[in-house]
Amino acid sequence: MDTESTYSGYSHYSGRSRGSHRHGERSRDRHKSRSKDSRSEKSVTINTPPAEPLLGDSSVRGEQVQDDNWGETTTAVTGTSEHSLSQEDIVRITKDLEDSVGLDCRRYVTRTIAVILGLLVFLTPLAFLVLPHILWPEKLQSCGTACEGLYISVAFKLLILLLAVWALFFRPARAGLPRVFVFRVLLAVLVFLFVVSYWLFYSVRILDSQDDNYQGIVQYAVSLVDALLFIHYLAVVLLELRQLQPCFSVCVTRSSDGETRHYNLGQLSIQRAALAIIEHYYCDFPIHNPALLSASKSRAAKHLAGLKVYNVDGPGNNAAAGMAQSQSRAMIAAAARRRDTSHNELYYEEAEHERRVRKRRARLVVAVEEAFTHIKRMQEEEPKKAPGDVMDPREAAQAIFPSMARALQKYLRTTKQQHCHSMESIQQHLAFCITNNMTPKAFLESYLTPGPTLQYGKDHWLGRRWTLISEASVTNGLKDGSVFVLKCVDFSLVVTAKKIPYIQMSEEYIDPKSHKFVLRLQSETSV
Amino acid sequence: MSFVPGKPVTAVVQIIEIQKLRQGDNLILGFSIGGGIDQDPGQNPVSEDKSDMGIYVTRITPGGPAEVADLRVGDKIMQVNGWDMTVVTHDQARKRLTKKNEKVVRLLITRKSL
Repeated sequence: MDTESTYSGYSHYSGRSRGSHRHGERSRDRHKSRSKDSRSEKSVTINTPPAEPLLGDSSVRGEQVQDDNWGETTTAVTGTSEHSLSQEDIVRITKDLEDSVGLDCRRYVTRTIAVILGLLVFLTPLAFLVLPHILWPEKLQSCGTACEGLYISVAFKLLILLLAVWALFFRPARAGLPRVFVFRVLLAVLVFLFVVSYWLFYSVRILDSQDDNYQGIVQYAVSLVDALLFIHYLAVVLLELRQLQPCFSVCVTRSSDGETRHYNLGQLSIQRAALAIIEHYYCDFPIHNPALLSASKSRAAKHLAGLKVYNVDGPGNNAAAGMAQSQSRAMIAAAARRRDTSHNELYYEEAEHERRVRKRRARLVVAVEEAFTHIKRMQEEEPKKAPGDVMDPREAAQAIFPSMARALQKYLRTTKQQHCHSMESIQQHLAFCITNNMTPKAFLESYLTPGPTLQYGKDHWLGRRWTLISEASVTNGLKDGSVFVLKCVDFSLVVTAKKIPYIQMSEEYIDPKSHKFVLRLQSETSV
Repeated sequence: MSFVPGKPVTAVVQIIEIQKLRQGDNLILGFSIGGGIDQDPGQNPVSEDKSDMGIYVTRITPGGPAEVADLRVGDKIMQVNGWDMTVVTHDQARKRLTKKNEKVVRLLITRKSL
């Protein structure tokens, strides 16, 4: 089994587990995707160009500090503005095309294999029952009462099997994983071998010898269906039940701002654990806001900006590596010695910002409360007003929106959230709140605190494309101390797994009658 | 020795001066006290009046400074070096008797036989 360090998987909502066709696909991918690997290596550096232009009209674009020794930090709009395409965009688009074609093939192959297996499984018992009647009807014993009872049993068991398979396997796929789902493949192989062995036995012992004991044949078919139901039970246990018991506690940290959450997972393979974590990510983590990170980057740039390194020894001596090492060490020493007052600036800046945010928030709350007092729900028994006065929720929202728009916009600008909410979305939310009789506080809740990613519009679900980077193979199970990284376009989630310790619990019995109290005895102290 | 609340307490007292004996790191007096306003007076083994929450001497270590100074079991301590001991908690009484910078304690005790 090869151990590539980067496995890229792109989630398509209809992609399911991969068939054995995957091996051929992967070698083709590796050949074509050298540019993809270089891009992922480039993304290790801190300054990556921003992704799809979904930051709207935000004026903060990442600064490209090209040269560490440059004295100034430039905040310029980089090549990826809304109307131009950078090299990465082109690479990404071509990769999308070829991958979507590749993935469709994979999906269809999996589907066809599943359908073939399903048909095989369901038609085999029927074939076992019907073939003797077709091939040697004269020799066959007639079917007695017990035998006909077995017919009913076969029919119902097949129906139950059909419903069970539909319930377990025919659910819409929720993700496309980079590697085959090992358990599903194992089960498919098991079912296939099982059915083939039954057919083998049937053809050798029954078809060839033209056995005339029809009841035995029917019992044979019933045993096949029973065994298939047991295999389905095995599938339920392996696919659904085994990972329910929590076994590992995983710690998920977002690399851009350090948000951390902990989850309990059961025994899963790394790719399934990654999928569970991504699903939790969309609910639990507040939305990634790149505008909040610019401050620390500018501070970091300022640290290095004040130092310039001169090489006084002249060119052409020592190895280049030795030069670079001594240079960086000199820089670090100089930076440590220099009296840095940037912490002062940070403190006062943060205090000032806090004050400003609170002031704006107070203004916003007052404005919204006042706006909400301007409308009220019309009661049915009120005398009919003129049609111009009666409004539906959307019009009502549009009527009161202007009075709070300015305060809201100022608040969003101060907390750097203005790119997450468009005017349209705010008005829609306002109409929604009015319809459901929400208070102004309920309306404001989604703007005062950043919510989980799913709360915002679809364009903010930064990529349903995640890359799983892991040193161990992704179909290995989670182990104590496994670490893997889920990379998205702007940030990555670093995941560490720890085993939940074995808990030894003991029992202590307390008799309810043993709760008795007395006054304190005379305490005696020796002096 | 019972007291009527609100009226001053009168008793015949005897002055007993005890020299503290150094034992290791501590200065000990050689007796044990019981009682106090936070204790249950009914449990006091040596007191005459079982509602009296004063400080009583409950034990004397044989050969200790208290025995030498003629302190007896059942004595009620009224004052220690001028500090009142009739309305104190048990812990306050202990603290007043075990001050590290005092080598001598002068007790005012009262007993029935006086």
